[in-house]
Amino acid sequence: MTTETTPCQVPTMAELAARGETPDVLFWVGCAGSFDDRYKRVTIAFVKILNAVGIKFAVLGTEESCTGDPARRAGNEFLFQMQATMNIQVLDGYGIKKIVTACPHCFNTLKNEYPALGGNYEVVHHSTFLQSLINEGRIKPQDGQPFKGRRITFHDSCYLGRANKIYEAPRAILEALDADLVEMKRSRSQGLCCGAGGGQYFKEPEPGKKDINIERIEEALGTGAQAIAVACPFCMTMMTDGVKNKEREADVKVYDIAEFVAQAQGL
Amino acid sequence: MIGYLQQVLFLAAIALASYLILRRGRLIASTIRLGRDEDRTDRPQERLKIMALVAFGQKKMFAKPLVAFMHLVIYLGFIIINIEVLEIILDGILGTHRLFAPYTSALYPFLINIFEVLALGVLLVCVGFLARRYLLKVARFQPERYREMGRWPRTDAAIILVIEIVLMLAFLTWNASDTVLRLRGDEHYQVAGLQPFIVSQWFMPLFEGWNTSALIAYERVAWWAHILGIMAFAVYLSYSKHLHILLAFPNVYFSKLAPKGEMQNMPEVTNEVKIMLGLSQPEVATDAPETPAPDSGVPGKFGAKDVMDLTWKNLMDAYSCTECGRCTAACPASITGKKLSPRKIMMDTRDRLEDIGRNTQANGGEFKDDGKTLLGDYILDEEILACTSCQACVQECPVNINPLDIIYQLRRYRVMEESKAPGLWNGMFSNLENNQAPWKFSPADRFNWAEGLK
Repeated sequence: MTTETTPCQVPTMAELAARGETPDVLFWVGCAGSFDDRYKRVTIAFVKILNAVGIKFAVLGTEESCTGDPARRAGNEFLFQMQATMNIQVLDGYGIKKIVTACPHCFNTLKNEYPALGGNYEVVHHSTFLQSLINEGRIKPQDGQPFKGRRITFHDSCYLGRANKIYEAPRAILEALDADLVEMKRSRSQGLCCGAGGGQYFKEPEPGKKDINIERIEEALGTGAQAIAVACPFCMTMMTDGVKNKEREADVKVYDIAEFVAQAQGL
Repeated sequence: MIGYLQQVLFLAAIALASYLILRRGRLIASTIRLGRDEDRTDRPQERLKIMALVAFGQKKMFAKPLVAFMHLVIYLGFIIINIEVLEIILDGILGTHRLFAPYTSALYPFLINIFEVLALGVLLVCVGFLARRYLLKVARFQPERYREMGRWPRTDAAIILVIEIVLMLAFLTWNASDTVLRLRGDEHYQVAGLQPFIVSQWFMPLFEGWNTSALIAYERVAWWAHILGIMAFAVYLSYSKHLHILLAFPNVYFSKLAPKGEMQNMPEVTNEVKIMLGLSQPEVATDAPETPAPDSGVPGKFGAKDVMDLTWKNLMDAYSCTECGRCTAACPASITGKKLSPRKIMMDTRDRLEDIGRNTQANGGEFKDDGKTLLGDYILDEEILACTSCQACVQECPVNINPLDIIYQLRRYRVMEESKAPGLWNGMFSNLENNQAPWKFSPADRFNWAEGLK
């Protein structure tokens, strides 16, 4: 692979604008993708894929800020709209037309909720983006796939699935990697939440008999999968914690779909 | 003479039932109108399509095929047997007997046979539904597991099923006794060429030993029981979870058409935010004073504390709920033993509306403040705080009810009006305000992830 020798480029919008260039797509990294140690690896995997395929992209860098989704779900509409309005000013300032993001919560907010505040963009989740790169032949599943025949189960993110009806793109990617995709009983529109949404990630759970991620991880482990595929930074944390709770870190891995693609490409 | 007396009594019964139904209908409509305005009349073609699929076609019921089939039998029975009710009502008013038979010749027995098969189907399915509740003890209906399934909701369900069984038995035994009378040659019961009907013939041996006057008495009792039962059922509907048989249709028509993930914007906040960020000027004396601000109808409150703060659609949702509990069975918070049950959110909202309706009626059409509110007296903070906003409840509801929309509005009230949020949420809010991220990281470090790459 030549990628080892070519350094990865992560241009910022400010740099491109200074050169008078515009990218084809803005990669919206999101807070988890920027700060969460585990999810930073997903951000890097995705950037490597963008570099390898030759996509002309850019990030906002330090000019990016939270979409405001957790504040809105928790009931703090003021804070959400402050964040959203400031973000829209930045995005419109750069004339952004198309955005790709790995976070379903950012995706949902940017796509469905910013228009009411005057921010109109074509917003794509990275699962859809990667699927179209595969369909266009720009990512070619190679011989000797590392995931060929591996049992993998996909955990639907609520904000990708029910919220936006994206069920097939992440599955199509895993199938393109020749993985042996096994479904949990509660999947697609019946998928069970990981327990992080609606602001739950940022507080202690209410009193109950069980944590939601434990309920979900039991179902995932019940499929006998060797790897759990996710497409959301919060699902990633919840599922990883679940695997640790069940002391199965040694034999069950949790990866984002971008990481599967990057690994399969030897990136 | 007895004939005329029956006609008079029949008209009086219809008048009484109509009066009671109209009075309840107006009360329900007036409590729905307590809600905030919201336009749900856009894209009528799309709405008609959803109504055809989800309400008429019962598309979402078929997630559970066996129960969907059982439900379909009752649904078809309800709609199709009502054709017969038209004849029964006209017979009642005019004092005739099987008014339509001479005009419809061969079609008549064909239709009655269809009604009878459906009636038998409804009867069997109702027995099946009772068995699901009381013998199989389907988890969704058990009070030990779900505290909203208290005495009244369970009694309500049993009453409906028993009434339906009684109605169907009355219809079938009425046909049976009527046929026996006809075969004996009683003058009033003659209809040329009419054979015994397909199901009720099996009930005929029950009546064959009776003398004619006893038979006529039973025929009248069954006829009256059937039609009065239907009228009583129509009145009872309005007090019951069974109201869904009417409201399912408008409720599905006015469904949310936006993606499930989209949360409703609050334009009144947008104005303030724009002023705070210096993007627009506060409206002072720039407009002529006689033109009211466009949002002057919006109550001066953020979020919802009581039903009046919710939208009319939220309130119609509450009246449309059949308490089937598919929402709660799919809710991750409920599955893991938290207090939240989306079904309870809907039932509490309806209970609050019913309480306000009764209060208003008792006080001559004026609601007298009872010191209660939906949030606090019916729905607890612990419930709305347990929601993950996963939309499983919205996905599951066979009549497109949206409990999540109510939960969001209650949260907005607690957080924006009362600044009451869990401590960790307040921490997340201040991180967002200060660092533009929900965690305590410096915004200057946001791009550090790329360091290893360049």
